Amino acid sequence: MRKLKNFGTYAFLTIVSFISIFPLYWMIAASTNNSTDILGGRLLPGSHLVTNLTNLLSQQNVGRAFGNSLFYSCILSILSLLVCSIAGYGFEIYHNKAKDTLMSILLLAMMVPFAATLIPLFKLFTGLHLQSTWIAYVLPTISTPFLIMLFRQSARSFPTEIIEAARIDGLSELKIFVTIFIPTMKSTYAAAMTVTFMNAWNNYLWPKVIMMSDTSQTMPMLVANLSVGYSIDYGVLMLGVLICSLPTGILFLILQKSFANGIVGAVKG
Amino acid sequence: MHSKRNSLTVNQKHNLTGWIFLLPAALLIFAMNFYPMLQALFLSFQSGIGNKLSWGGLSNYARLLEDKVFWTSLINNFFYLLIQVPVMLILALILASLLNKKDLKFKGLFRTAIFLPCCTALVSYSIIFKTLFAYDGYINTILLNLGLISSRINWLGQVETAKIIIIIALIWRWTGYNMVFYLAGLQNIDESLYEAARIDGAGPIKAFFKITVPLLRPTILLTTIMSINGTLQLFDESVNLTGGGPANSTLTMSHYIYKVSFEYNPQFGYAAAMSYVIFILVALLSFIQMKVGDKR
Repeated sequence: MRKLKNFGTYAFLTIVSFISIFPLYWMIAASTNNSTDILGGRLLPGSHLVTNLTNLLSQQNVGRAFGNSLFYSCILSILSLLVCSIAGYGFEIYHNKAKDTLMSILLLAMMVPFAATLIPLFKLFTGLHLQSTWIAYVLPTISTPFLIMLFRQSARSFPTEIIEAARIDGLSELKIFVTIFIPTMKSTYAAAMTVTFMNAWNNYLWPKVIMMSDTSQTMPMLVANLSVGYSIDYGVLMLGVLICSLPTGILFLILQKSFANGIVGAVKG
Repeated sequence: MHSKRNSLTVNQKHNLTGWIFLLPAALLIFAMNFYPMLQALFLSFQSGIGNKLSWGGLSNYARLLEDKVFWTSLINNFFYLLIQVPVMLILALILASLLNKKDLKFKGLFRTAIFLPCCTALVSYSIIFKTLFAYDGYINTILLNLGLISSRINWLGQVETAKIIIIIALIWRWTGYNMVFYLAGLQNIDESLYEAARIDGAGPIKAFFKITVPLLRPTILLTTIMSINGTLQLFDESVNLTGGGPANSTLTMSHYIYKVSFEYNPQFGYAAAMSYVIFILVALLSFIQMKVGDKR
């Protein structure tokens, strides 16, 4: 009876895993086939990877778009982690009534839909002639209530004795944060890094609006452009889709363990 | 006396340090969220095209009531919300509690496989699904070859099926993400509770409803609010999977706002009024969620 029950569990998990992986496998296989084979239902990897890559590179400036996306996402993630972690730390370690009130006000920003701030932000950045610059890409999303909350929660589990001891040793408040808090909270930083980088890389609506020049095109914009038109080369398209998903995929696989641990810390609260 | 004053200044110094630490983040949220939000409110009372705006009072809101496309997009968002969010969260919860079993093998493998869809860019997965469900796409080919259908189905060209494909795609992309939150929450539940329940003769289903669900309530609340918020703001899928079609049947509110602002003659005032409707809905639903979540 018990064996049978576990069999059901395994069967269910296998089916769900299969459904989860199949579209990704299909994308990878398709990027190595030509359009005819893909539409014919070929599932095995083919021999057209190099042809697809050559075609993709001749049609689109992939190097530039990929470089742009990487550059914007890295800057955004680093700034975001710095600004939000020190704020979360500040809110928790030096907390008092006024700071707690401010925190609950900032949390309200979670309810602000991006569509509502889209037009004023568009006007702001074009007014400052900052359209198509990295500043326009990163500034609206550097500080997020979610990240501040994540770091505030993790600072809660940070032992105050360590801070007291460091103060007696004569360390400045900033030095305590940089040399003690940051290294101790590696897994929180890894979780925050994963989420932030993924969001930064995936960002589509805002770049579509504000990154107007060809030279500032991002990878998701490029891939979206590939998919419209009358004669779509599916092999080339799927290769573009694959390249667009590589950085976030690799980052997740590297940080997977720390990501789970960081989320555990945050949920525990 | 002297030492007391000294300790007060140390406290004041710490208080000040705290403010300095949180200042950049707080300022950015005010400048990039709250202030634009206020500007959008003013904008929503102005009408006109491009930058030639004039005071229009409530005319934009009156126009909303008459705008059939807006109502269609609003209903679409709620359709996604009511079907996709519960299905996805329940599935995520079931998967998480299955993966939390002590005696299960290949846990890491299953977890990674189910989380993997979250690694794809939103644009990427929209295009993968668009291609898979295209008229000459793989799904039709395989169904034809298996003899399950007699002729190709125009999945993305029919109102009902297009909506369902969007929901399937959303569930595929986000279930693993929510599962990770539940897995994290489950690690805080003491295994002995399940042990005790088993001794008392409670089956796994009863244990799920009596132990797992109540103890995970804060996490469930968090994921529900995040999902509602995300679903009401859907954009990438509407643009890249279906283009909002056929006949606006999959158009989301954010997509419509984008069209009104940047594709047609820009009508920023009207778009701002629509964005306020989303804001009020998100705020209202989050508020109800928190109230309901607190009571139980």
